[in-house]
Parts: sequence; C-alpha cells; structure tokens
Amino acid sequence: MSGQFRQGASWLLTEVGKDKIFIAEDMNDEQKAFGQTATDFVTKEVIPVSEKIEKKEAGVSVNLLKKAGEIGLLMAGIPEAYGGLGMNKVTTTALSENATHQGSWTVSYMCHTGIGTLPILYFGNKEQKEKYLPKLASGEFIGAYALTEAGSGSDALAAKTKAVLSPDGKHYILNGEKMFITNGAWADVITVFAKVDGEHFTGFIVEKDFPGVSHGKEEEKMGIHGSSTTTIVLEDAKIPVENVLGEIGKGHKIAFNVLNIGRWKLGAACVGGCKRVIEHTVKYVKERKQFGQPLADFEAIQMMIADMVIKTYITESMMYRYAGCLDDAIDTLDKTDAEYEKKSLKMIEEYAIEASIAKVFGSEALDEVADLGVQAHGGYGYIQEYPVERFYRNSRINRIFEGTNEINRMIIPGTLLKRAMKGEIDLMGEIQRILSQLKDGFAEVDIPGTLNNKVNMVNRAKKLAVYVSGVAVQKYMADIKDRQSFLLDMADFIIEVYAMDTAIGRTLQLLEKRGEDQCELEIAATKIYINDTCARLLNHARQFCANVAKGDEEAFGKYDKAIGRILEVTPICTLDLKATLAEKSLDKEGYPI
Amino acid sequence: MKIGVLVKQVPDTETKIKVLDDGSGIDENGVKFIVSPYDEFAIEEALKTKEANAGSEVTVASLGPSRCVESIRTALAMGCDKAIHIDDEGSGPDSYVTAKALAKVIGDQGFDVVFCGKQAIDDDMGQVPQLVAEFLAWPQVMILENLEISEGKAKATRRVSGGAKEVYELTLPAIFGCDKGLNTPRYASLPGIMKAKSKPVETLKISDLKGDANNKLEYSNFRMPPEKAPGKVLSGEVGDQVKELVRLLREEAKVL
Repeated sequence: MSGQFRQGASWLLTEVGKDKIFIAEDMNDEQKAFGQTATDFVTKEVIPVSEKIEKKEAGVSVNLLKKAGEIGLLMAGIPEAYGGLGMNKVTTTALSENATHQGSWTVSYMCHTGIGTLPILYFGNKEQKEKYLPKLASGEFIGAYALTEAGSGSDALAAKTKAVLSPDGKHYILNGEKMFITNGAWADVITVFAKVDGEHFTGFIVEKDFPGVSHGKEEEKMGIHGSSTTTIVLEDAKIPVENVLGEIGKGHKIAFNVLNIGRWKLGAACVGGCKRVIEHTVKYVKERKQFGQPLADFEAIQMMIADMVIKTYITESMMYRYAGCLDDAIDTLDKTDAEYEKKSLKMIEEYAIEASIAKVFGSEALDEVADLGVQAHGGYGYIQEYPVERFYRNSRINRIFEGTNEINRMIIPGTLLKRAMKGEIDLMGEIQRILSQLKDGFAEVDIPGTLNNKVNMVNRAKKLAVYVSGVAVQKYMADIKDRQSFLLDMADFIIEVYAMDTAIGRTLQLLEKRGEDQCELEIAATKIYINDTCARLLNHARQFCANVAKGDEEAFGKYDKAIGRILEVTPICTLDLKATLAEKSLDKEGYPI
Repeated sequence: MKIGVLVKQVPDTETKIKVLDDGSGIDENGVKFIVSPYDEFAIEEALKTKEANAGSEVTVASLGPSRCVESIRTALAMGCDKAIHIDDEGSGPDSYVTAKALAKVIGDQGFDVVFCGKQAIDDDMGQVPQLVAEFLAWPQVMILENLEISEGKAKATRRVSGGAKEVYELTLPAIFGCDKGLNTPRYASLPGIMKAKSKPVETLKISDLKGDANNKLEYSNFRMPPEKAPGKVLSGEVGDQVKELVRLLREEAKVL
C-alpha cells in the first residue's frame, strides 16, 4: 500500500500549488507505450475502414472491437485475476485519449470498456466476475448498459421496466423497453435496470440470448452514425436469479457510480478528440491559400488555433489530474482486502464532483474546439469530405449522454452543499474567513517566477466561487436545491476554479522540473486562460449577485463591492503568446504541448 | 533455432526534419523516434520463424545511443525474447563501422538466421546487412518477398526491377533484408508491453566490438533541399499549349 488520499473538492479551499497533482508528463514508458499501441491500432485498422463504419456495414465495428481485444486494448482496467491487466486510471486515460480518431468507433469502444464492463467489475459477485469479465476483457463478449427509457432519461430512477420473480424462484421475468442503448445491436451482455415488483430499482446482467431479449432498429442520429444505438426490448425475458447484479433495490448505486467513472472516461476521450481536430485543422490551413498566401499566415486563423490549443491544454491537465488523484486514493487500499472493490467505489464516489466537472468541461471543450476547427476550414468545414465536419457533428452528443451537462452541473454544487451540511468540507468556515478578510484584506502569496500574479488570481477566484455560493445559500437556505439557475451558475464558478487550479498546478510543476525557458507554451496557455476566465467570472459574479438581490439595490451594492475586493483583473497582452502557441502548433502539425 | 533481428531507431516518418545551424547534422530536439518501418517486417518474420520452429529464441540487436532502448522495448513487446543494445558511445559510426560491430555480435551469438529491414528510412543507405554478410562470409538476400526455411536450408524470393523475381536456395546461416509485403507486422500488445519490462537487455560498447575499423565516411554540411518551385498551368488553345510546353521543357527544364 502506498498512495495518498485527498478529500474530494478540497482544492476549492486549498491554496494553489500546495497539493502536487498528477500531470501527463509524469506518465511512465509503459503508459506511453500503451497509448502508442492504441494510436497505431486506430490509425492502421480503424481509420482505413472509416466509411464502412459510418455506413454500419455488418460486422465491421464489432470485428474491430474483437481485434482490439486480441491486442489487449479492452483488458487494461480489468483485474489480472479476471483476465485483465489491472492497470490504473492514468493508464486507461492514455488509452481513452488515443482511441479517438474515428468518433463512431470511439463511442463503441468507450461504451464497451466503460459502462459496458464496469458494472460487473465493481458490483458483480465472484461467480459473475469469473463468468463475464474474461470474455469482456478479450472481446469475446461486447458489453452495453441499459438505463434510459422512453419516459425516463435524466430521471433515470423513474424507469418502468418491471421484474417479477418466477413462481419457481429461479428467474426474474423482465418486461419493458430500454432506449438509446449504445452497442445495442452488437452487445452480448447488457447491464439492465428494472424495478423488482415495480418498486425496487435493481441491476441485472442480461445476455442477448436469454429468452425474451431482443433489440429494436437502429436510430437515425445526428452524428456518430457508425455506432449502434437501439432499443433493448424485454418481453417476458427470463433472467436467472444468479444474474441479479448487486442487491435488490440498490440499483441506483450501480447506476450512479458507474456513471461517475463513465463521465471521466468521456472527458478523457474528449481530450483526444480536441487533439485530432487540431491536427486536421492545422494541416488544412497550411495548405489552403487565399489572397495568395496560406490561411496559416493570417492572424485571424492563428488566434483560432491558439484558442484550440489552450482549451486542449486545460482539458488534458484536468483528465490526468483526476485519474492520478483517483489512483493515489485507491493505492491507499489493501488489494487483498475482501472489501477492496467496495472501498474503491467509495473513492470513486469521493470524487463525484470532479467526475461531473470532467464530463462538462471535456464535452464543452471539444464542442468549442470542433466549432473553431470548422470555422478555420471555412466552407470546406461544412463538407463531409473533410474530417472536421464529422468531429463537429459527433461532438454534440457528449454534452447529452452520461447525464446531460445540466444534470452534471447541478450535481456539482448539490454534492458540495450536502457535504458542507454534513461537516465534511468546511465551506461555512471559509465563508466566515472571506467575510473577515473582506474587512481586513486578503493575504497575497509570493512565489518566484512569472506566474506569481496568476497564482494569486486563482486563489482569489476560489474565494469568489465560495463567496457567491454563500450569498445564494444565505438567501435561499435549503430551498437552493430547487433553484436551478443559481445551481447552474454556481457550478460554473466551481468548474472554472478547478480548471484554472489544475492548469496552473501543472504548469508550476513543469516549471520546477524543466525551468521557465522550457515551458513557453504551457506558461502562455496558463496565463491567457486564467486572465480570460477571471475576467468572465468577475462579470458572471456580478450578474449572479444581481439575480440574488432581485432588485434590492442596497444588497447588490454590498455584493458588488465585495466582488471587486475579492478579484481584480487587469488585461494582459495576449497577441504574442497566442502567436507562439499557433506557430508551434503549425510547426508540429498538431497539438504542440 | 537462434534467430537474430537487427533494428534501427529512426525519426518518425512524419517528423519535420530540421538541420542544426552549423550543418553538422539534424536537430533531434522534439523528434519522436520509432523502429524503422522495414525493421518491423524483419521482427515479424523473426517471430514467425520462431513460431514455426519450436524451441527457437529471438534476440533483437540495436546499435545507437541510449534512446535506442525504447525501440528495443517495442521489439520485445512484439514478442522478441531478449535484446542487445550496442552503445555507439556518441561516435556516429558509418555503415562500415556499424556492420563491423554488428558482425562481431552476430558471430559471437551464433545465430542461425538474421533478419533486418532492407534499408533504414533515415539515411536510406541500405548497406549494413550486405556488409555484415560479407564480413561473416554468409549468404544474403535483400528486398525479400517470400521465405521458406526448413532443415538448415532456405528458399528466398526477391523482387528485381521490371516485375521479375529471383529465387535463391541457400544454406543457413544467412541474413535477409525484409521488404513491405513480406508479412503484416503484429502490434505491440498491452500484455506484450508489460512482459517486455522484464526481458533482459544486455548493453555492449561499440569500442569493444568494432576492432580497428574506422569511419570511411565523413558527414558534413547538412542542408535542407531547396524548396520546390510552384507548378505552371498553361492556358489557351490546345495547340498553343503543346507548343509552349515543348518550349518550356526544352528551354527551362532542359530535359528535351
């Protein structure tokens, strides 16, 4: 046992740089080699049959999953005892990030290794794990996850699918229809949620060949055309009682915990998506000429590329930090402990806030980057022949599945406030400290080097996030949980604080490792992001408080004054910084960091 | 069988090569290095030969700076059993010295057969395997397209120009330079990558192996090729275009 346990969301109350985070640069050779194998496989096997995948030609995607299984790409996260490699989350992040060249197939792959496999891994008993995990690890079985129904999407627990014990007590008879199931037409084994006797929400391991199990026709989707999305129909489906997953009535634990992992995995895949879009875009703008020169020579295009690189740097930093943090926490556990998986789950739950942030930030980053990519392509970006068009369409689903970004945003302050109420995180104490600092002044930290001012800005942004949350909570007390507009705004503050804290944390660690002159791009990305974001948060905080004050000018005046004291933003010249980011990206024909 | 495979680490094919300011070589800063692609066919052929001959062992050998060990690990992850890294000690050996050192290692190891790429994709010299064969007095077949080995003999097919093929029958030990189309190299699988960590890599020094051989080649004055001038598009009547084309080919391109 080694590792380190950090309390979930503790970064909100911790000064920048006080906690060492995991950074992508710390990956070992083996982890990099894994990533390389994923890249090699996807570029050599998947990309050449991209058009066949998009047309859902029979067997193409499934065979690629099975081939991926042969070289071990499906087994990394599964324990060695069940035919896997027992690799940690940083390693699987490297795989998720690099299996992203063909969006439709990425979704099939991520679904299989994520929500298709994890319920059995974390909640299965020994027999279930022995029966299913080796087959999922090798690709002999393809996995899927069936939670959503026509009438219950975000409100997943309102599912209508019903399970009734057969008179002989040997089977549960399931009736109902699950909707929008990824890998639906291909899956051999599906985690299905149903209510026992219409009441007790429960997970079941369902094989496609069990009597009464079938799937509907393929949905016609906006993007990810090559992935399978169907209904799963259960008509008097006979599921053996030994295939009940976890405890009867405890299905919500499976559903939500598996989504926590799925959310971070989605974020990790988005990092890869961003990098791919940059690669396609940079190559295009170097070739395409207008007014007698390549698009790459125009400042307008260079600024777009710089923005794409900055967003990608922040997103990448976030996904590896989360993975490293979870690995460190799980490493404190004893692997031989019979309760190891259960305790691992506790750790995953501990970082529910970070998982939701990863999902929201990653999916929105990819949408922004893909949007800029299309824009830099001009008219050709709207034409299907150019890969960026597909990235743009495929990206959109990420903000919807694995819990819409709105659901995820509300989880963030919701979880934080719940923990504060239970005394698990000292939010109330911090609010008191901020109130007294507003009178006495805030202490500045002084760290040597070029990022000192940014460190102080991020520390203040943390206080701003806590302050505005405090303002809303003070006014609405327990009712805040029903005030969605405020919750969504609070989430934005918390998300951006985590993003900035992560970016500057990584850059500071790199500075220490390599020295300032070897971190030009990282420093540029960090400075620009923090300046832009703090300026936006400042405005946002004033609007938020105006909404809380609801026309009470005196109250607003008090809030506004406090906001001004907590955070000040002086714009910096970003032109040279952005030009450097763009130049290096053009030079490398891809993400330059 | 004792099977040897020679691997060279080269810059990734997609690298944007930059020349050092003083023209003494290429700038390795930020360059990603890979196993030379033709050597991947050699690794695959070595592994296939091992699988067809029970009790065989594949040893990979690579000569170069310490970063070569990364490429050695890739070969081990693909399935080679052990490795020898010959440290070039910063000496920048040419094909002649490289071949001398490799021939010494191959002779000492007592390989029955050695595979290598038909050429490395960095300097595209394509000399080392033939030189090694010469120093060892072994037969060699380059640009290998097909190979059958049985009972100490080999039947090797190579492509020659004009679509013709040459078929050689020879006695082992021999050295083969592998080409694209010979096989499909396998991936470094994830379990393979994990196993590679514990496979032995022996390090030797070039100075102990090359004998009294010294470089016969001197590298200097590296320059980027001149940028290609943009193409010309002719317009007007077809007859005029043809006349203009002939004139340009004769007067400007000077090829007629």
